Amino acid sequence: MTKAELIEALVERIERLTKKEAELIVNTVLKSIADSLATGDKVELRGFGSFKVKARRAREGRNPKTGDKVSVDAKRVPYFKAGKELRERVNN
Amino acid sequence: MTKADIVEVVHTRTGFSKKESSEAVESILDILKEVLEQGEKIKLSGFGNFVIRNKEVRKGRNPKTGEEMEISARSVLTFKPSQKLKDHINGS
Repeated sequence: MTKAELIEALVERIERLTKKEAELIVNTVLKSIADSLATGDKVELRGFGSFKVKARRAREGRNPKTGDKVSVDAKRVPYFKAGKELRERVNN
Repeated sequence: MTKADIVEVVHTRTGFSKKESSEAVESILDILKEVLEQGEKIKLSGFGNFVIRNKEVRKGRNPKTGEEMEISARSVLTFKPSQKLKDHINGS
């Protein structure tokens, strides 16, 4: 399923919504999650799962093509952990 | 951030009532769960992809007792963040 298909599915479910409105809602939801993570705050969605940010230390890496050493800066990476309900439903 | 906070953001940014915003957020999560339950992946451009991975049976150990045991085959959900989300979280 793509974002466009998610928007269509939302319109089918809540018929009074126009496609434009559904699009605005989907984008607002995704943006609010992204913005929360950007401030370092986790997002917990009961029944679905949680998004968190993990800190990665700076490290020495290598260019896999040339084998040259390169320094990889410290960074933060988002990760998702499925909630119990979703984990069980996926594994049905 | 919780579901209630996301509903609040949708309400203030879209002008839909809190009740409507809540209904829409719940519907989005329901749709995502139903699609993932079917084993279908979800691609949300600019955000990331949710993918079901099928894991084969493998040997593991009970970390407490050190006893070797079989870990059953299972389907697990993984999230691969988009480059845009990764950049956003690192403030670029």
